Amino acid sequence: MIRKLTMVLAVLLAAAGSTATVFAEGVVSLRGPTDLVEPDSAPELKHFAKDGVPIPRDYVQQPPLIPHQIEGYRIDVNSNKCLSCHSWANYREAGATKISQTHFEDRDAHVLANISARRYFCTQCHVPQVNAQPLVENTFRPITAISGQ
Amino acid sequence: MSNDNTSECSNFVCRIWQAFRRPSVRYSLGVLLAVGFVAGIIFWGGFNTAMEMTNNEEFCISCHEMQDNVFEEYKETIHYSNRTGVRATCPDCHVPKEWHHKVVRKIQATNELFHKAMGTIDTREKFLEHRLELAKNVWRAMKKTDSRECRNCHNFESMDFARQGRRAVAQHSEALDAGKTCIDCHKGIAHELPDMRELDPTMVVGVAE
Repeated sequence: MIRKLTMVLAVLLAAAGSTATVFAEGVVSLRGPTDLVEPDSAPELKHFAKDGVPIPRDYVQQPPLIPHQIEGYRIDVNSNKCLSCHSWANYREAGATKISQTHFEDRDAHVLANISARRYFCTQCHVPQVNAQPLVENTFRPITAISGQ
Repeated sequence: MSNDNTSECSNFVCRIWQAFRRPSVRYSLGVLLAVGFVAGIIFWGGFNTAMEMTNNEEFCISCHEMQDNVFEEYKETIHYSNRTGVRATCPDCHVPKEWHHKVVRKIQATNELFHKAMGTIDTREKFLEHRLELAKNVWRAMKKTDSRECRNCHNFESMDFARQGRRAVAQHSEALDAGKTCIDCHKGIAHELPDMRELDPTMVVGVAE
């Protein structure tokens, strides 16, 4: 009986050991092969593109990306730096894209006289870009209607 | 009586004044000039040194009104911390460099001392209440002087537009043609903005009452 139990235990242990090895070899985490207890080197800092032309959209209803730096642009209860160029009153003079008409609607689709509170925090949807390669490869392609291919 | 009226003078102020008017009988002109010259240097040097002591960041933030409000906000901005390590301090932007403009500003600053004593902005709430008015004062002054203090470091003439980004080139060229000054666009770059509703209602959420 005891011998049988020992054998079962040994088999289980061996199985556990081998699966552990399989995992260690087969799966590499995003942080690379660095051991858990080793401190990982910090990734290189990415810098936002200073200035550029509007970036084409990749899918329908994608919030347009911000093709310029926005460092230090505050959005608070007193003012919104983005709107000093992108508001309907200012976009012509600034040569900026105007904010969409949808941004003037509240959640019940009532059209307001000024930007809606739920659209006020631009960076909730619109983000500036850095030249960063995807961490995981993918085969995503923009749809034909948008990419024009 | 007409040639000697000193004897008639009994009160102290009058006697001093008489002594002041009379030519010296004890000291030579050389000694008087030398003493005057040295005293002049000490007085003038002392005056300027004292003025310079009130013209640095440590002095400005020795009051909690500056330390807790505008200085804290300023620390987040590019004029405090940037890649080249060139840093502007309070007086670089808020006190003129040229002597006579500086003295005029320093005299105006006595009003700030008065409000310090009155405690006009001695809490965060009071400060925020006055923020728009205070900001407008600074904007008006900068507009009037064609942003003189900005131009101590930033000059249209020395700007290489070819090295600027698209937006900067477009806006700076236009501003130069239109005769605009720095503060017309660059508001709130070193401190947070006040409630901008009054100046541009389209850059604040909500509708002005």
